[in-house]
Amino acid sequence: MRSIWRTLTPPLRRDLLALSGAILVVGTSFGTIAVAAGLPWWMASLMSVVVFAGGSQFMVVGVVAAGGGLVTAVLGALLLNARHLPFGLAIGPVLGRTWPARLLGSHLLIDESVAFAMAQSEPRRARAVYWAAGLALFVSWNIGCVAGAMAGQVIGDPDALGLDAAFPAALLALVLPALRETRVRRASLLGAGVALAATPFLPPGVPVLLALVGLVMLVPTPTGRDRAEAAT
Amino acid sequence: MTVTAMLVLAAGTYGFRVAGPLLRQWLVRRRGNTGESGEVALPPRLTELMSTAATVLLVALIATSSLTSGGGFAGVALPAGVATAGVLAWRKVPFVFVVIAAAGVAAGLRALGVP
Repeated sequence: MRSIWRTLTPPLRRDLLALSGAILVVGTSFGTIAVAAGLPWWMASLMSVVVFAGGSQFMVVGVVAAGGGLVTAVLGALLLNARHLPFGLAIGPVLGRTWPARLLGSHLLIDESVAFAMAQSEPRRARAVYWAAGLALFVSWNIGCVAGAMAGQVIGDPDALGLDAAFPAALLALVLPALRETRVRRASLLGAGVALAATPFLPPGVPVLLALVGLVMLVPTPTGRDRAEAAT
Repeated sequence: MTVTAMLVLAAGTYGFRVAGPLLRQWLVRRRGNTGESGEVALPPRLTELMSTAATVLLVALIATSSLTSGGGFAGVALPAGVATAGVLAWRKVPFVFVVIAAAGVAAGLRALGVP
């Protein structure tokens, strides 16, 4: 624990603190919305601990509040969370080499902890940043949810505070350096285009997964040298 | 909402989360490596594919969550906030200011009545 904290530079600590503050407010809003939708406060709070995936939590509560079926709600939420599998595939070794680290670290896998870890070039630093981001966001998300569920009224509308822009902005800032590489940039742009085009027609979560077709950009095209070799 | 539904969602989500690292570990083992040097044991092409896949998913997530909302167009304030962040991040402005600027632009535009 202490070694994680020491590996973090002051700017990184500040970045994590800022994001934790934003997540705390969104967590508060989840707590209040869940209680307003008829969930007992303890269930709203417990859901945040055991599920720990904001988008899917808002989704189930929203579907249930709108009178939708429970099975549909849960299946939809799971579809939204399916992207965690390829994320884990990419950052697997970052969690650590021991079984407790792998099993516990997996629960802290969210978009933000993945983006923070992937933005680090040095493996030791990536591991510290992943755990610090995951733990900080887990704690602040859950404090927010309990506070919101107990308070029972919306303390602040996250959208009025522009927080719905803060999260994509944070991910964008973290992912930007990786886009300097041409192949990665081409794959990402194609993927984002596919996801945007599919969004009006497919259930949430599926368009983002469809973005993986952008990976065809990684298929090697015959370079000038290859063609020259083929000609000889 | 029942406790059972919540636990199914929790278990399924955790399943997706833990499957990635376990699958990767299995790939390493299958290549006869005990996992001591996990990262270098997989072919570079494969690790590149996996990390690019994560970046592609993150970019798609950024694009859909900043341009669309509930399957439709997200309005102006939200994309404007994220676009401001993109420019600032590109100009190497520190992360914390990028995030605050995004929220500030979106909140400011909404306060002015921009959707």
